[in-house]
Amino acid sequence: MFAYYLHMAIRNLRRNKVLTGLMVLAIAMGIGASMTTLTVLHVLSGDPLPGRSASLYYPQLDPLDMQSYTPGVEPPGQLTWIDGMYLLHAKRGTRQALMTGGMVPLQPAQSTIDPFHANARYTTADFFPMFGVPFQYGSGWGEGEDDAKARVVVISAELNDKLFGGKNSVGQTLRLQKADFRIIGVLGDWRPNPHFYDLYMGSYASYEQVYLPLSTSRDLHMEHDGSMDCWGDGGSDQAHMEQSTCTWLQFWVELDTPASVAAYKSFLDHYSDDQRAAGRFARPNNVRLRNVMQWLDYNQVVPSDARLQAWLALGFLVVCLVNTVGLMLAKFMRRAGELGVRRALGASRRTLFGQLLLESGVIGFAGGVLGLLLAMIGLWLVRQQPSSYAKLAHMDAVMLLATFVISVAATTLAGLLPAWRACRVAPALQLKAQ
Amino acid sequence: MDIRPILFTLRRHKLTCCLLILQIAFTCAIVCNTIFLISQRIGRINTPSGIAEAELVYVQMANIGSHADAKARVAEDLAALRSVPGVTSATLLSELPFDYGSNNMDVRTDPAQRMPTLSATQYFGENAVKTLGVQIVEGRDLQPEEYVYLSDVFKLLAQKQFDKLPAATLITRDMAERLWPGQDPLGKRFYVGQGLPFTVVGVMANLIRPGQGRLEVGAQYSTVWPVRQTMEEGGSFLIRCAPQDRDRVLRTAVDKLKALDPDRIVLDKGTMEQHRRDFFQNDRAMVGILAGVCIALLIVTALGIVGLASFWVAQRNHSIGVRRALGATRGNILQYFQTENFLLTTMGIGLGMVLAYGINLFLIMHYELPRLPAVYFPVGAILLWCLGQAAVLGPALRAAAVPPVVATRSV
Repeated sequence: MFAYYLHMAIRNLRRNKVLTGLMVLAIAMGIGASMTTLTVLHVLSGDPLPGRSASLYYPQLDPLDMQSYTPGVEPPGQLTWIDGMYLLHAKRGTRQALMTGGMVPLQPAQSTIDPFHANARYTTADFFPMFGVPFQYGSGWGEGEDDAKARVVVISAELNDKLFGGKNSVGQTLRLQKADFRIIGVLGDWRPNPHFYDLYMGSYASYEQVYLPLSTSRDLHMEHDGSMDCWGDGGSDQAHMEQSTCTWLQFWVELDTPASVAAYKSFLDHYSDDQRAAGRFARPNNVRLRNVMQWLDYNQVVPSDARLQAWLALGFLVVCLVNTVGLMLAKFMRRAGELGVRRALGASRRTLFGQLLLESGVIGFAGGVLGLLLAMIGLWLVRQQPSSYAKLAHMDAVMLLATFVISVAATTLAGLLPAWRACRVAPALQLKAQ
Repeated sequence: MDIRPILFTLRRHKLTCCLLILQIAFTCAIVCNTIFLISQRIGRINTPSGIAEAELVYVQMANIGSHADAKARVAEDLAALRSVPGVTSATLLSELPFDYGSNNMDVRTDPAQRMPTLSATQYFGENAVKTLGVQIVEGRDLQPEEYVYLSDVFKLLAQKQFDKLPAATLITRDMAERLWPGQDPLGKRFYVGQGLPFTVVGVMANLIRPGQGRLEVGAQYSTVWPVRQTMEEGGSFLIRCAPQDRDRVLRTAVDKLKALDPDRIVLDKGTMEQHRRDFFQNDRAMVGILAGVCIALLIVTALGIVGLASFWVAQRNHSIGVRRALGATRGNILQYFQTENFLLTTMGIGLGMVLAYGINLFLIMHYELPRLPAVYFPVGAILLWCLGQAAVLGPALRAAAVPPVVATRSV
């Protein structure tokens, strides 16, 4: 029966090709635009570390003075050296890492490659196991290397390809800022998006090429790169950042149970109390402990332009749907005579309604297929854009399925009103008019 | 023309009419807001910079390792740059206009003030005003003897010898107007950090501030300080020359800098015009997308009007024939459909204005946009009236071409 209805629906649609084409095109354009922008949103608001992100927390403290203090103000987004070091050495979480971004001049041993500035991350031992960073060769460093300010470095797969042709480079020497570093690890494919652990380098930043101990970077006065917020007479040159009243470090801690989260929060409160008693902190306790997704949400990582585009595309889809409802209504009403005859011959209102709905479903399906095609083109266009996140815009299985579900559901919904209206025709009246 | 018969006919197609009106209303509302968004972006892209954009090139470099004689090296570098033929001025500037990052400070007009009046950027660099080509409208430029090195500033700060800090600064007219509305800013003091006073000695016409998201909070809130930097402290070489010499000067400058000290890396170089284009590239892409959606929306609505009008013409074929047979001219029929469309579009526009206002309120709440100026309402209305008339013309002409003889045929 369904096959027969489908056959009839397609026959009916083919009777008026221009109009059918118009409806399919309108749906396709609406779906294409919406799916393009929603895919971008979906990609941008994804979980950077699925499975791990819920137990990774970002503590915030408020070491600022009372100048421009207002109750309820958010604490700064980063930590000072003193606070960061205290939290790191307190070891109250399962794992914890202190880190910041930097730029290091890299002098390749090969004379064919010019010296260049490498994107660096200065961090501590737990960074790799805590974030579950995959290694192609070798491994990260341990606490011993942190304490010893060891000249060891972990490099990215991309840098390994560039300098060593992708071969195992563990044990080789890398010259950074005129100092020799021993390569102890090469990362596998690791690009969590967004760049959650340091949003101040751009939320969808290009990834670090070298990772080395924070203590070593300070020892060699390596250049800090990223955001630094100072208060009081805080301004500082690169050599004296440890003593400055500036926040420039990120700290992440792994807390596996709700109880440990609560315990950590009270630990932060106690620390703030102590610091205030010691005269270092001036403000009332102002601590935050957000996990990865809460941190991303608080920082509104998804660009507002992407959200605006999604709203615009949804508005466009609504107009396309209203347009289709109007056209379908006109089309169904023109068939009032035919429908009247069929009612008179015994077809139930339900049957007719089902058939008309199927007809709109077919339009929805065709619109979905064409819309998907347009969305693919749209995403390709997005990838040509200059934004930092543009390269990430790819369709995945979830969005593929969503495209079809949304387009068929939307068109069927749009078909409800015209189908219902067309089924209400009185058969006698139509027959009489003929 | 009497519109009563038209309204009477439309009453028989209430649902279809409502849908068409709804579609026009949505289109009108979205188009009004989109055009407004586009004009906002274009305004941003065209923000005046106050500098001689066409005459500037820049080179950003980084040292490999540090040098003890950093101050002497900068002097040497700058002397070399000034000796390049065609170069009128050169400086090592702490930050460039149209950089993504920026240095900013809170400014107060009274040291006891709890919240700062505004946040402004700080440009450091000897000869900054002359090289940038900034126009001084009041007071004077900074004098060579006023300049101190940034490393010395940090030393003075650390030793709490605040009275020895350089006190003279330049600010922009916009900033002066915000700090002291309607007053003469020359000789006035503002306070930074823990109440350190600085005196305004000159007022610049305009000087754009760098930094993503900073243009929205005072595009011209910039200050220039009598502070010199060394290369280690960051900053870029900025060189001014005639527009046609830019490529040659940039090439020669990079070669000279590399020859003076090969132990450094060129991070970035280019012309100020290209730096400006890069800074606004997202805005330009957004303008393209907004315009694209706007046009697609208008096309879909136009096609919808064509589709519905065609149906009505086909449906009323018989009655059109009767009217023609009873003496209506082709013009009358044409006018009928045009008036019908005008009425529907007008109703759509009326509803659309309310919706446009609603969407604008939503955007104000979520995207910190200003209120939609009233001028966009008539723009949207005229656009949709024209669109409606153009879309209905085809079907209406077909209706006008229906011969009176149709009246004599049944069905």
